[in-house]
Amino acid sequence: MLKEAEIRTFIEGTTNYFESSARQTASVGSPYLVTDGKPGAYEYTGIISISGARKGIVYFSAPRGMLTVLLMRMQETDTSDANIMDLVGEVANTISGNARKDFGRNFIISVPTIVANDIEKITAPFARSYVIPINWRTHSAKLVVCLE
Amino acid sequence: MNKRVSSQSPLKLMIVDDSNIIRRRIERSQQIDRLEVVGAASNGREAVELFRRTQPDVVTMDLTMPEMDGIECVQQLVAINSKVLILVVSALADKATAVEAIEKGANGFLCKPFTDRQLNDAFLELLSDT
Repeated sequence: MLKEAEIRTFIEGTTNYFESSARQTASVGSPYLVTDGKPGAYEYTGIISISGARKGIVYFSAPRGMLTVLLMRMQETDTSDANIMDLVGEVANTISGNARKDFGRNFIISVPTIVANDIEKITAPFARSYVIPINWRTHSAKLVVCLE
Repeated sequence: MNKRVSSQSPLKLMIVDDSNIIRRRIERSQQIDRLEVVGAASNGREAVELFRRTQPDVVTMDLTMPEMDGIECVQQLVAINSKVLILVVSALADKATAVEAIEKGANGFLCKPFTDRQLNDAFLELLSDT
């Protein structure tokens, strides 16, 4: 179960990522709770496993169009599939790593696992997940936080 | 921290990060005339090998990486050359991790995500004593 302040940590991490990396603000919708273990995903997903004081996963999921524009905003000209997958993992890693500012060093994050074009593969370890909707330019993405 | 490299001479830079995008971004965004990129590695083990081969003066170091993490890698690089200047560039934003990295031999810490300006300011601060 996440506390409100903990959800805010992930919201701040998400908005900070877009402001710093893309030099453009992303708007974050109201977080909502999913209780059926299926928080959903877009084409590309970067999944971070969490261990230590908390257990579960954090994932960032976005469509290719959004990730392509984000790469271009970062002055990256190579928008190959490899770089798209690299980026979705890096976003998940950065937002999860930044959360240690509030969760502390026992919030241990893994290297990212990437899932592309296989939404069925993405399952939450627990029934309850918080979904933070992200809107940037014309694109939508989501950050999913599923912690014990 | 009394590490020094020879005055105003070109400095060799090695970039260590498991993300290709970040490696390329650091190379593209760094505007320090004296720095010349001599190589990039995607994990700690690769970094140690490349370090022995290219003998860089300055290293940017990610922390969360496969094979060998950044803290272990910092220790190994410092054991090989105690004069190397290491800027940790990591998303791990807790103070304890930054303190540990410095204790193990790093000289600076830049938190991801970063702007180009923050990156260059971090390099300038790192090199201010050289």
